[in-house]
Amino acid sequence: MTDGNIKSMADILAAHPLFAGLDKEITDLLGGCASNAHFSAGSYLFKAEGAADVFYLLRAGDVALELSMPGRGKLIVDTVQPGHVVGASWILPPYRWRFDARAVGDVRATGIDAACLRKKCDDDPSTGYQVLKRFLPVVAGRLQSTRLRLLDLYAPPSEVGRAL
Amino acid sequence: MSALSQLDRGVAPIETGMLPRPFVVRSRREELADCVTLELAALDGEPLAFEAGQFTMLYVHGIGEVAISISGDTAKPDSLIQTVRAVGAVSQAICGLAEGARVGVRGPLGNSWPVERAVGKHLMIVAGGLGLAPVRPIIYWALANRDRLKSVDIVYGTRAPDQILFARQLLGLSAADGVRVGITVDLADQDWSGQVGVVTDLIPSMLRDPDETVAMVCGPEIMMRFSGQALVGAGVPAEETFLSMERNMKCGIGWCGHCQLGPHLICRDGPVFAYPAVRDLMSVWEL
Ligand SMILES: Cc1cc2nc3c(=O)[nH]c(=O)nc-3n(C[C@H](O)[C@H](O)[C@H](O)COP(=O)(O)OP(=O)(O)OC[C@H]3O[C@@H](n4cnc5c(N)ncnc54)[C@H](O)[C@@H]3O)c2cc1C
Repeated sequence: MTDGNIKSMADILAAHPLFAGLDKEITDLLGGCASNAHFSAGSYLFKAEGAADVFYLLRAGDVALELSMPGRGKLIVDTVQPGHVVGASWILPPYRWRFDARAVGDVRATGIDAACLRKKCDDDPSTGYQVLKRFLPVVAGRLQSTRLRLLDLYAPPSEVGRAL
Repeated sequence: MSALSQLDRGVAPIETGMLPRPFVVRSRREELADCVTLELAALDGEPLAFEAGQFTMLYVHGIGEVAISISGDTAKPDSLIQTVRAVGAVSQAICGLAEGARVGVRGPLGNSWPVERAVGKHLMIVAGGLGLAPVRPIIYWALANRDRLKSVDIVYGTRAPDQILFARQLLGLSAADGVRVGITVDLADQDWSGQVGVVTDLIPSMLRDPDETVAMVCGPEIMMRFSGQALVGAGVPAEETFLSMERNMKCGIGWCGHCQLGPHLICRDGPVFAYPAVRDLMSVWEL
């Protein structure tokens, strides 16, 4: 990757809501792990159980997170919109995806090499801490959304708490 | 202590307020497996003028009476449109009414969505599940007043794609109508190309200029609680965020106290409240 390329990737990262406002030094550093990615509608960014070696900051197009259910086909459990991030399993071992990620429409994204980023975070814990602080709200937001859906808010009163 | 006069309590006179008017079911439409929209007409032919957000007490002879929001167009007061989900004895009886059946109607009752506040601003309507019914009159109003509004955005959350209320109407709205619709469901299969998630995830991405937005929210109370937080958290002024509250009602006109929520009687002071008036009440354990 050339310097020019690293610079422009750093700018792209700095413009993404996930990393907006981070010190330039950090986005420059992260730029070295980033590259452009494009997925056509229906293709997969990654599949469950695969190695979590690249995650994506979405710039355009939605991504559906799916799970295969025997007898019920593929179920969509979440949709990730532009401005958000696809993939958090790269942060902790065993670095394996838990869901399939499918491009709903044409997707443009910035792919981040997870091993490269992990190394930079390990080498400089203060950078690592800044990056983690950006990811924690993503994970917490998904947890909150999942908890709200566990409440099955729109179920008829007779079915509320059916699982209890 | 002498009894409070009607004037002191700011409620309708009990003699007229408790008297149902006879209506007949003109048509019936099954919206979802457990949800029906009825078009009712007054037997005496007098139109029932109402404002967006108001409700009626619908009475099924020999069974009982429940509060139901008006889901029709304020510009068409000669038919009373109500959308009902069958959850218990009375609502099941209403859903089972055939064309030609008679019901009693009290109302319109309660206050209304402050739609005029949205003039010159962005209007965001946030609805969950059956909560789309009480906001549908706002949508009709917004379509008729589109040129007076900066934008109209509808954010709707429901359980699954086959549970989208007024699906044809909602999905039929388009940029041509000057309306943007975002729908999210809790769970879907691959045939669904829309969003999966909660409405609160869609709110920030659909807001245009939060400072200049008036938001109107209706749905299950927990959904409204988190939507209020999401809207205000994204910068919509709390006093420009409105919620329609529900509590079991009996008289509907401020006499019996059944629908008390803290200092408010929902039938008399609501059902529509500015967010600051109910924000803290929604998280009280026992009220
Ligand atoms: C201002 C207002 C507007 C309303 N608008 C509509 C509407 O447009 N369409 C509609 O279908 N319903 C609406 N409701 C709710 C409706 O009044 C109740 O569903 C109805 O009273 C239930 O009576 P029931 O005899 O059929 O069932 P019940 O036997 O009284 O109740 C059956 C089950 O439903 C639950 N339940 C009862 N009332 C509510 C409620 N308000 N919210 C959540 N769960 C409840 C009970 O806990 C019970 O589990 C509104 C309520 C209010 C206060």
